[in-house]
Amino acid sequence: MKLFRRAALGAALCTILGAAPPAAAQASWQPTRPVEFIVTAGAGGGTDLFARAVQAAITRHNLVPTSIVVSNKGAGSGAEGFVYGRGAQGDPHKVIFGTNNEWLLPLVARVAWKAQDLTPVTVMAYDEFMLWVKEDSPYRSAADLVAAARERPGAIRMGGSQTKDTDQVLTLLVQRATGVRFNYIPFRSGGEAGVQLAGGHIDANTNNPAESIGGWRGGQVRPLCVFRPDPLPQGPRVTEAQAWSDIPTCASQGVPIEEYRMPRTIFLPPGVPPAAQAYWAEVMRRVAETPEWKDYLQRTSQSAALMSPAEMRAMAEREERAAREIYAPEGWLVN
Amino acid sequence: MLSNLDALMHGFSVALTAHHLMLMMAGVLLGVLVGVLPGLGAPNGVTLLLPLTFTMDPVSAIILLTSLYWGALFGGSTTSILFNIPGEPSSVATTFDGYPMARQGRASEALTLAFLSAGIGAMVGIVVITLLSSAVASFALRFGPPEYFAVYFLAFASFIAFGGGAPLKTIVSLGLGFGFGMMGMDTVSGSMRLTFDIPELIRGISFLVVVIGLFGLGELLLTIEEGPEFKGANGRLDPRAMLRALVSLPRYWVAVLRGSAVGVWMGITPGGPTAASFMSYGLARRMSRNGARFGQGEPEGVIAPETADHSAGTSAMLPMLALGIPGSATSAVMLGGLMIWGLNPGPMLFTEQRDFVWGMIASMYLGNVIGVVLALATVPLFAAMLSVSFSVIGPIIVTVCLVGAYTVAGAPFDLWLALVFGAAGFLMKKLDYPLAPLVLAMVIGDKAEDAFRQSMLLSNGSLGVLWSNPLVGTLSTLAVLFLLWPVMAALLGRHRTSRAMKLAQAENRA
Repeated sequence: MKLFRRAALGAALCTILGAAPPAAAQASWQPTRPVEFIVTAGAGGGTDLFARAVQAAITRHNLVPTSIVVSNKGAGSGAEGFVYGRGAQGDPHKVIFGTNNEWLLPLVARVAWKAQDLTPVTVMAYDEFMLWVKEDSPYRSAADLVAAARERPGAIRMGGSQTKDTDQVLTLLVQRATGVRFNYIPFRSGGEAGVQLAGGHIDANTNNPAESIGGWRGGQVRPLCVFRPDPLPQGPRVTEAQAWSDIPTCASQGVPIEEYRMPRTIFLPPGVPPAAQAYWAEVMRRVAETPEWKDYLQRTSQSAALMSPAEMRAMAEREERAAREIYAPEGWLVN
Repeated sequence: MLSNLDALMHGFSVALTAHHLMLMMAGVLLGVLVGVLPGLGAPNGVTLLLPLTFTMDPVSAIILLTSLYWGALFGGSTTSILFNIPGEPSSVATTFDGYPMARQGRASEALTLAFLSAGIGAMVGIVVITLLSSAVASFALRFGPPEYFAVYFLAFASFIAFGGGAPLKTIVSLGLGFGFGMMGMDTVSGSMRLTFDIPELIRGISFLVVVIGLFGLGELLLTIEEGPEFKGANGRLDPRAMLRALVSLPRYWVAVLRGSAVGVWMGITPGGPTAASFMSYGLARRMSRNGARFGQGEPEGVIAPETADHSAGTSAMLPMLALGIPGSATSAVMLGGLMIWGLNPGPMLFTEQRDFVWGMIASMYLGNVIGVVLALATVPLFAAMLSVSFSVIGPIIVTVCLVGAYTVAGAPFDLWLALVFGAAGFLMKKLDYPLAPLVLAMVIGDKAEDAFRQSMLLSNGSLGVLWSNPLVGTLSTLAVLFLLWPVMAALLGRHRTSRAMKLAQAENRA
């Protein structure tokens, strides 16, 4: 009786606030208790900001009838969060936030989940990669950097976040595309790699725009090029002279990598009802329309994306196959 | 420097509003609470409050969060002293002398000294970042992997090398600490280490869970074995003891200064507050005239780690704002907050967001004063807890420990770990294995290893990188000297005694 009254009250409140959950999902599934957002990264990291931006948009616009708790489970490059999500079999009140590490990590580390285990929801954004050097470095373009690496193989120190993760893979791809060799140094986070570059302890890194914007504006580091088919869209100026859109593509500077970017992904535990999957996909579609979300994308220089679960599954499988080809010659594959 | 003072005055005009003062009070109070409960800790407290700040303006938000941090730093010392349970990782070193003092019935004195010296340490840290903000930020940039390693090595050497206890047992304890610290995913190779394919071990073993077990539960077992009462503990409310502690503080000015210097150094470099408190304790024990009494309830052994802990906590805010380097787990969460409020940490923050930066620095002065006053006000209350009979307080301690172990990551597995480490702590105490080296090895072993391997990657495997520039060279040399000090002292001592003996023989002959 009590339970029923509370549900009725919730429904009434929803109607009053005019924010009833999506009609299609309402018939079948909607959360009945607090939802847990599992962040597969430590507090303050890119994935954490992503989940909190989604949480803020949902709270601001009452897109979900129950409260939302964000919990950080970032140990082992996010393995902790995915294992936790994998263990919450069939529970649609747990939403897992990650990157492409959901399908890349099981390739290189012995972890307790497989890429196909989790239920895909959507990809909400793509984070860009750029090639950065220190402000007073002699390299004016990516071509200069590659030429220096050709002259002294293995002497140019390239920093990045973690090992066998996106940054090192990108370094590998650059090496393959140009035939040079860098000395890759893994740090704990992109932020740390950014500070090490500002201090001149490494020669270059492949940080995301948001990881190095502070250093760029402060005159410590500068971007050489962006790994995109075309420059970033027009936007406000970042430094006194330049905006993100002024940074050329890496392909135009003699590093023939058309595109390299990292998806911001959302999953549900295995075995959740299809109605719940549809419900969360619809909520995220609505989040993508809020001004808060657009502001987040603009501030972090990410590009918008929105995929259906089926598209996302196909993309993940494509990426996994491509990754296998890159990893195999390095001897990284464990599965 | 003068312009900084100008900016600070401006900061006070931002921070000194009724609204902000209220936020500081609320933050500090919450912080003390969070700090007192082991396991909950400052990082969790800040994470829990973070969603609340989304709708605030950034200055108010950072004032609330930093005040909570200061409160937690104060609160963390309380349970360390009263029950040997460190409320925060950085208050582990406070247990070494704080708890013996409490058992001798000097709890009020220990708490008062801890809070006062912590307040002074915090002030020193804030003054340094007020006056030297620009110089400090560019100094911090000079730290690459070899420098980091040297900083950790120095902290390690200055704590470990004073001997005490059987060397073999110390080494065993160290080895265990390094082993526990290694568990989980390795940054440099990306592979899982010592996880035995147990999913719960992927995240490694939490330092806090180990400490709750070894210190809290282990100590409880010892107490039970010795008879169910806190021997000699005196919970009488004694304002005179507090006054005595206040009056005695100036006598320890050397320890306070040394602790603050160590703390500022570790906050900026950034080795972090926990390593700072260990290093300061180690140095004090070596250099103090009362060094031999350390570990048996020596007030200086409380003052040294407390000043260092707080000055490191406050001065670590500077690299966080100016460079985006989080000096502690708590400031890492705050960094995330900064991004959510739409601010990018970096050198420009100081010029573009004057209100934010200087409002926050001004609030650090106020917040810490409020913190000291509030913390001191709790002394009688907490000291009175000691006079409660063990049959009541014992079960409460067990509950607090287990709840604490659970809150660290919300994992039931950690409860078992805490129990296992509780039993291990009891056995180690019984067999005279020192616990401190294990804890220190766990705290900095992992980071030091990363820094060392990154250095080796940078230099293609040459150890020369540790002497490649004056800064890292000085640090490494100092660390080696510190490490070898006991050996050298022993050799010198033998030399001196043998000379004295020769002289004596010569005199005899004459």
